Amino acid sequence: MSVSHADAFVAFEHVQKSYDGVSLVVKDLNLSIAKGEFLTMLGPSGSGKTTCLMMLAGFETATNGEIKLDGTNINMVPPHKRGIGMVFQNYALFPHMTVGENLSFPLEVRGMGKADREAKVKRALDMVQMGAFANRRPAQLSGGQQQRIALARALVFDPKLVLMDEPLGALDKQLREHMQFEIKHLHESLGITVVYVTHDQGEALTMSDRIAVFNDGRIQQLAPPAELYERPDNSFVAGFIGENNKLPGTIEELSGDKALVRLATGERIEATPVNVTQKGQKTLVSIRPERVEFKPEMMPDDAHMIGAEVLEVIYMGDILRTVLRVAGSDDFVMKMRNTLGQTKLVPGQKIRVGWDPLDARALDPI
Amino acid sequence: MAEVSAAAVGLTTADGRPLRTALATAQQRAKRRAFLLVLPLLAFIVITFIVPIGQMMHQAVYNDGFSANMPRLSAWFAEHPVGTDPDEPAWQALALDLQDAATAKTAGVVGTRVNYQMSGTRSLFTSTARKAKDFAPPYRDAVIAADKKWDDPELWGTMRQVSRAYSLNFFLAALDMTQDRQGMIVAMPEDRQIYVDLFVKTFLLAGLITLTCFLLGFPIAHLLATLPLRWSNLLMILVLLPFWTSLLVRTTSWIVLLQQQGVVNSALVATGVITEEGRLQMIYNQMGTIIAMTHILLPFMILPLYSVMRPIPPSYVRAARSLGATSWTAFRRIYLPQTLPGIGAGSLLVFILAVGYYITPALVGGASGQLISNLIAFHMQDSLNWSLASALAALLLGAVLVLYWLYDRLVGIDNLKLG
Ligand SMILES: Nc1ncnc2c1ncn2[C@@H]1O[C@H](COP(=O)(O)OP(=O)(O)O)[C@@H](O)[C@H]1O
Ligand SMILES: [Mg+2]
Repeated sequence: MSVSHADAFVAFEHVQKSYDGVSLVVKDLNLSIAKGEFLTMLGPSGSGKTTCLMMLAGFETATNGEIKLDGTNINMVPPHKRGIGMVFQNYALFPHMTVGENLSFPLEVRGMGKADREAKVKRALDMVQMGAFANRRPAQLSGGQQQRIALARALVFDPKLVLMDEPLGALDKQLREHMQFEIKHLHESLGITVVYVTHDQGEALTMSDRIAVFNDGRIQQLAPPAELYERPDNSFVAGFIGENNKLPGTIEELSGDKALVRLATGERIEATPVNVTQKGQKTLVSIRPERVEFKPEMMPDDAHMIGAEVLEVIYMGDILRTVLRVAGSDDFVMKMRNTLGQTKLVPGQKIRVGWDPLDARALDPI
Repeated sequence: MAEVSAAAVGLTTADGRPLRTALATAQQRAKRRAFLLVLPLLAFIVITFIVPIGQMMHQAVYNDGFSANMPRLSAWFAEHPVGTDPDEPAWQALALDLQDAATAKTAGVVGTRVNYQMSGTRSLFTSTARKAKDFAPPYRDAVIAADKKWDDPELWGTMRQVSRAYSLNFFLAALDMTQDRQGMIVAMPEDRQIYVDLFVKTFLLAGLITLTCFLLGFPIAHLLATLPLRWSNLLMILVLLPFWTSLLVRTTSWIVLLQQQGVVNSALVATGVITEEGRLQMIYNQMGTIIAMTHILLPFMILPLYSVMRPIPPSYVRAARSLGATSWTAFRRIYLPQTLPGIGAGSLLVFILAVGYYITPALVGGASGQLISNLIAFHMQDSLNWSLASALAALLLGAVLVLYWLYDRLVGIDNLKLG
């Protein structure tokens, strides 16, 4: 899904941000988000995700560039006039108010009557299955319950756009997965646009329509989850999302969508060129561990085979993680499903592994 | 079932001792050590705080200046009800007591005590005591011959009042009241009512000083809590600077600044804001007291406020803003309520300190800027009426405790955050 600047609901155009006047925290951000889209900003800590969200919410001003909401420039619009719902990482529930008062607050400041307020608050609480907690204080709720209330509060005044900054960061794994599902469900049933910030790639992959991978103040790749995972644009994305084997080598032949790469040990493999442009360039070939096979009958016809030595087999329950020595690198990983009758490999065993050339991606020149 | 019966019998340790006893023995050593550690402080507090306050409270209701030195007359008063005219035995008791007082040189003490209740009587006692060795029966005539003023029912009524060591006279005086001859409590004559007005003024000024401290301190505390650490540290030093300079130096510098020939007035004259004749009186009056005390007490407001504001994350106000609140609404509805414990603590602290402040009003308050503590000091040091000073101080203490209690009822003392 690609969104043109013209029909974007939210648009960042050449946005830059500096806090200290010395360095740029956000460097030339261009991003268009469609109405109803669930867009995730994913990246390591310090990559500028929160800063982007804060600029969109109006708490930070862009040093340069334009931010547009529904076609109009909102650079100068104060936060309370933007009508954007926001869920904060620490929830920011007002501790001196009950849950009901917390939810009623955005309606009160909009001058809504008491009866309408109560009806809306009740509906919002029911929406997150917290109807019975209206009279509790936030401190009397568990982390997951507080999370739901924060969500309900950000939605109660019917914003068209909701921003969430690592909203599930403080929850345990099981609750987090449950809440991911609920947020996704709310997004679909309410038809709102969501900009979601996380550093958890699993969360990003399961929830998003599109993911913007941030690093060092730049979007490294903007794509739907499957494309991002299967066809990373550069080695940062390949390394950040999922596990990845990297084989360094030199481009020997380059023709259209095929490249022949000579590895350090002299072996030649076929790969799909992504960021390489000419012969003789050094490159990193990236291959996902679960796309590596060692049984010939499981491999496609034009699969490439290469010699490997088993170094270690780690039992992980659903999979067997096998560490191999391939083309001189000792940390080449192959993931084997723990199926009935799966071949038992032992350390020291010599095997041949292979993969579809489409799964071997020759990334950045190095 | 097993648990119930075990509880009824009382659990025992493996070697058969009751659990409760065993626990107490085990903890005794640690408890004793802890007690020894706090013992010096406990002794310090008892000696320097509890005992003096107890003595003060006692002094406010106890004065034996008369009863100890005039035992015969005191006994006569005790035996005869109010309204009995003094008979010959009474005059005899007076004459003999005065003779003894003359020998023991305590007539001045007795006179002073009576003088507290009825002014102008001290010299009566000292002069009559000087002639007392010549007194002979009938004593009534002898005493009156020495001084006609003895033949005064009011004087006798007053002597009856002071003949008991324990009395509420000083509290009454501190509340601008007195007892008439029949022992009824009545208001002081208008021209001698000073204390109630002074209490009211003290509380009003303390309230005003608390308010100005709050208005000046709140923004500074907020700044302290939100500035980057480097700047807030610098600002904190500036806030604490007053603590590191002597109170006298600070007060004196206010005199230099504010007096009529002082820096501020001269600057105003030089810039033409006021004329040479129109120099402002900013010190040696209430204004001086308010300015100097606000300055001195400001840190006591800022520090509790700061300690409450520091941990309030900015995301609360941001959340409020994102929910549609203007910055004013976000401040009023979200930020301010969360600083209430600090406001309460700061205000209580400043108010209580201001109510009892002495040195600054004494130095810069002039006549109109004196507070109740200055009058307490006056009675301690100049008029030497310690009982009245104690009564005033006890009333002040009582008022502050009532205030504290009110605060607890209205805001809740748990909501107090002092730092
Ligand atoms: N208020 C601020 N003042 C100065 N620097 C900041 C501020 N907020 C964030 N930064 C810096 O900007 C960079 C990006 O931060 P942030 O947007 O919070 O990243 P992320 O949310 O991706 O972890 C970091 O290096 C951080 O130190
Ligand atoms: Mg962040």
